[in-house]
Amino acid sequence: MSTSDGGHPLVRLRNVHTRFGAVRAVDGVDLDIRRGEILGLVGESGSGKTTLGRTILRLAPLTSGRIEYDGQDLSDLNRRQLRRLRRRLQIVFQDPHSSLSPRLKVSYLLKEPYTINKVPDDERYTAAELLDMVELSSEQAAKYPHELSGGQARRVGIARALALRPEFLIADEPTAGLDVSAAGAILNLLNDLAGQLRLTYLIITHNVNVVGYLADRIAVMYLGRLAEVGPTASVLDAPAHPYTQALLSAVPQPGEAGTTRRLLIAGEIPSPKNPPPGCRFHTRCPYAEDRSRTEMPELQPVAPGHTVACHYWQKVRDASAVSPAAEKTQGGGGCIPPIDHSSYESPKEDR
Amino acid sequence: MTGSQPLLDVRQLEVAYHVRGRSLLALRGVEFDIAAGEIFGVVGESGCGKSTLSAALIGLLPANGEITSGSIRLDGRELRGLGRRELRQLRGGQIAMVFQDPLTSLNPTIRIGTQLLDVQRAHLGGQRRRGDLRRRAVEMLTQVGIPDASERFGDYPHQFSGGMRQRIVIAMALLLRPSLLIADEPTSALDATLEAQMIELFKQLRHDFGTAIVFISHDLTVVSQVCDRMMVMYAGQAVEEGDVQSVFREPLHPYTKALLAAVPSRNQRGERLATIPGRVPSLSAPSDGCAFADRCTFVQPVNREREPHYVAWNGRRVRCNIYDPTSGYQSPPRREDVS
Repeated sequence: MSTSDGGHPLVRLRNVHTRFGAVRAVDGVDLDIRRGEILGLVGESGSGKTTLGRTILRLAPLTSGRIEYDGQDLSDLNRRQLRRLRRRLQIVFQDPHSSLSPRLKVSYLLKEPYTINKVPDDERYTAAELLDMVELSSEQAAKYPHELSGGQARRVGIARALALRPEFLIADEPTAGLDVSAAGAILNLLNDLAGQLRLTYLIITHNVNVVGYLADRIAVMYLGRLAEVGPTASVLDAPAHPYTQALLSAVPQPGEAGTTRRLLIAGEIPSPKNPPPGCRFHTRCPYAEDRSRTEMPELQPVAPGHTVACHYWQKVRDASAVSPAAEKTQGGGGCIPPIDHSSYESPKEDR
Repeated sequence: MTGSQPLLDVRQLEVAYHVRGRSLLALRGVEFDIAAGEIFGVVGESGCGKSTLSAALIGLLPANGEITSGSIRLDGRELRGLGRRELRQLRGGQIAMVFQDPLTSLNPTIRIGTQLLDVQRAHLGGQRRRGDLRRRAVEMLTQVGIPDASERFGDYPHQFSGGMRQRIVIAMALLLRPSLLIADEPTSALDATLEAQMIELFKQLRHDFGTAIVFISHDLTVVSQVCDRMMVMYAGQAVEEGDVQSVFREPLHPYTKALLAAVPSRNQRGERLATIPGRVPSLSAPSDGCAFADRCTFVQPVNREREPHYVAWNGRRVRCNIYDPTSGYQSPPRREDVS
């Protein structure tokens, strides 16, 4: 776990909103990312996690709110200043094959960030050095992206992001689409690089197991808002938000063959065009009461460094200790939970 | 398995793809059987032959693919060599399929109700009245968890969310009460909480209809949740088969061991994940010995020369020289060395 060195966090988000027309992709997020930490942002599709990452880099519009990077308000910066700052913030995109131009060789792709940013020669890594950092042989430099395996392409994407010696790296679904062993190797690599290069990470993923393996802290996102934030151990061992509980039980540990009790939550994530009033999760929540339907819960502390946006978190935790709610709604007997999202529009975006 | 005849019995299945005048073997000697009502998992990494297997089972291999030897028997009837018409009658009738992406299985320009009626008409002919067919379809939609199925009967696929579409595809697959359902990565496009719902749905449907399911997935965790027995594939071969609990508790094949060790777990914070060095061998250069030898921790010279047989081991099967007393492999590893 990182120390917060008494100073300001590396990234500070305050009441951040990102809208695309009527779609409220990010809808009021407060979050600090501390220097040197690995923060895992977890959520399902439509939660706004990727948009939040892109908003930090100003690749998606900041509709309202404030983003500070290293104490500087990003909205104060002009284009040139922003471009200079971007060298310190890099992103590894989700699909390496669509972010690497198919017509350029790896050696060129690795040089490109230097050309774009007019980096003087003595500050450049060679292609071989960059490939070595991501544990690829220098022979890969002569290849085109289609000649690389999924794991190798992912590594080239990481090498490209590292070229400018960033201090902050956003990795969007770093293991999506990879086979088990290739995914494991990428996670090991990210972990090693964090230590060697003193990087700060924001890891965006839908996979709770990935985050548990890598992250110091976890932020759980649901329908544009944060549901729970805290140290990894605290969130995984004592989740206080019903959504976090559902997510954890929906992703069992490998090897717990058929023995797990899973808390099934009914229905699907509502559309961000028309989010439900009050608590965003109340339409699917087994603990929701009238207050959840009218009053939006703010993040409140439940343990040191651990906050949760739920009016009834105490009840939720007490219940999950003996887990009567889990018994009630889990489908071990084979019943399908009742589905009622008739009052809200279902998401219609393609996945 | 039991003394009775299995529902699906696959023996020594070999599939070749003809590419530029050469024949590449995508499946080699794949064997398994499935009892009625059983959920059988097929796992492996990309390129191991999972999808070729599902295509071969339903007679939908691409034009350059061919079953070159072996047999596929469904309820005792040989499927290999059936004509196109017979296969078409079989598909959707006795065998049904569910694919990863529901959008590719639903026609976007036709109302879902019409599609559900068409499936029945194609197989049942004109024997049934429209009202009966519609009632059947609505019942099935309700059973797979589509709310207000009757009102939504006239909706188009795009009016449903991803999870709902997959439920519709499953309803369509089950309409004709198939004895065998082939599900190829049916939950891979879905989010975790939807995936959990879908797993419960598959278990329930097996319970309600007694449908046997071939559940193909790269996700070991999902397979451990939904399946009774499972088979692990590597480089076109079945390398291990057994009941799910045993395979997870005590994997036999070094590849299975490595796969299980590589799955990240949220309880392993800060630990290094085990990985499998090297890559899946190319189909165009099959090795003489064991296909996994180059990546195997337990490799001995014998493994590079002798192709392992698929041997029985405590009610399970494994393709590895370590477990074959006739192979000449020295001192099998103890369990402590392995984990």
